[in-house]
Amino acid sequence: MPKIKLPTKQPFIDMTPMVDLFSLLLVFFILTATFRAQEPAPVDTPFSISEKPTPDFNNMIIVFSNDKRVFFNVDNGPDTLLKFRPKILAEIGKQYNIEFTEAELRKFEKLNTSIGVPIEKMKEFLNTDDASVRDALQTGIPYDSVNNQLSAWVLYTRQINPNVVASLKGDAKTDFPTVRRILDILQDKNVNRFNLVTNLKAVKVEEENIQQQ
Amino acid sequence: MAEIVSQEHGKKGGKKTLKKRLVRIDMTPMVDLMCLLITFFMLTTAFSKPKIMEIILPEKIKKEKEKQEAPKIAKSRTLNIILGPENKVLWYTGAVDDPKNPPPLQVTDFSPTGIRALLLERNRALFKKIDQFNNDVISGKIVMPRDSVEAAISRLKKEDDTGPIVLIKAYKGANYGNFVDILDEMSIIGIARYTFVDISWIEEQMVEKTLGIAPEQPAKK
Repeated sequence: MPKIKLPTKQPFIDMTPMVDLFSLLLVFFILTATFRAQEPAPVDTPFSISEKPTPDFNNMIIVFSNDKRVFFNVDNGPDTLLKFRPKILAEIGKQYNIEFTEAELRKFEKLNTSIGVPIEKMKEFLNTDDASVRDALQTGIPYDSVNNQLSAWVLYTRQINPNVVASLKGDAKTDFPTVRRILDILQDKNVNRFNLVTNLKAVKVEEENIQQQ
Repeated sequence: MAEIVSQEHGKKGGKKTLKKRLVRIDMTPMVDLMCLLITFFMLTTAFSKPKIMEIILPEKIKKEKEKQEAPKIAKSRTLNIILGPENKVLWYTGAVDDPKNPPPLQVTDFSPTGIRALLLERNRALFKKIDQFNNDVISGKIVMPRDSVEAAISRLKKEDDTGPIVLIKAYKGANYGNFVDILDEMSIIGIARYTFVDISWIEEQMVEKTLGIAPEQPAKK
């Protein structure tokens, strides 16, 4: 009888199709990923049970951090051709007698972080590429009664994009008078509907509480 | 890693064996890496979107002419909630009739046995209705599209006339987290009528008296 020849080689699995598949998936996820814009200040949003997602556009976000700094962010609108951001900046520049160049406006359009720069420093902010200089300039938008630039931002944003909705994104530890002040500024500009940005936290109300009756 | 597979094509006792070399690359580490990356991207895309909570504040009356009388609400149904410092919640029912003799403030907190139990106690009828409705939807007794579920719940809230009318006020020491928490409690319990109003000086004094905070001295000019 002839001997049965045992295979001496190890079985080899061809991984190429798997790699193909994974590359496809990876490309898909990279393209669909929307990265959260880095906030210039640490903001721990409070928790709530709300499950409504944030709107993708027509959204102006007022960010306030624990140290009472206020930042502002607005999107370019449902269509990027609308270019709401540079228009808003140009309008505010007009009010404060600052002329922004085309390049500066374009740079502002591309910026996707919240802005916390007083309008007088905006030119300097847009013209620098140094991240540390930028951070130093983010002192917060002034919102006191003497120099109320936040109010101007809200006003012009609503003029340029009438469909905009105000969202508040605040640190849970911010003291209430600051929040009240921001709400007052918004209400002065006839914004009475707000979205509060929160994190999701599931809460279950105990059934026993109801049956105790 | 890369492995060279040699196949011998030899004829018996023929010429020298000609070696044909096939290069095979082991893809396993690459697959590992891709798995990791995919997991990373999947997790970041799915969970990065923050949620929002809607709130509508009563419009401010700016002109004297527009001033109108405050809406009359039943005193027995009114529940005043004042957000205090250090995550405390103070409440009283009714209204302040006599500034010299204000109603006593009760102190509680944000725990499930605190303000939530109190609100649940007062809003039991409506909460039961909403809960029953939700259960029916989940168990399939009532079949309706998702959008109309919300509308039906808000109709239930509108029809309700037993639950409390909650007035939320904030003392100076409160923080933004408290504000969101109390609004969240309202939606957890399903309070039909609530709003946020400014705190009056009488109530500020009541808070200071109850918590033993020395009232702020007015700054000298």
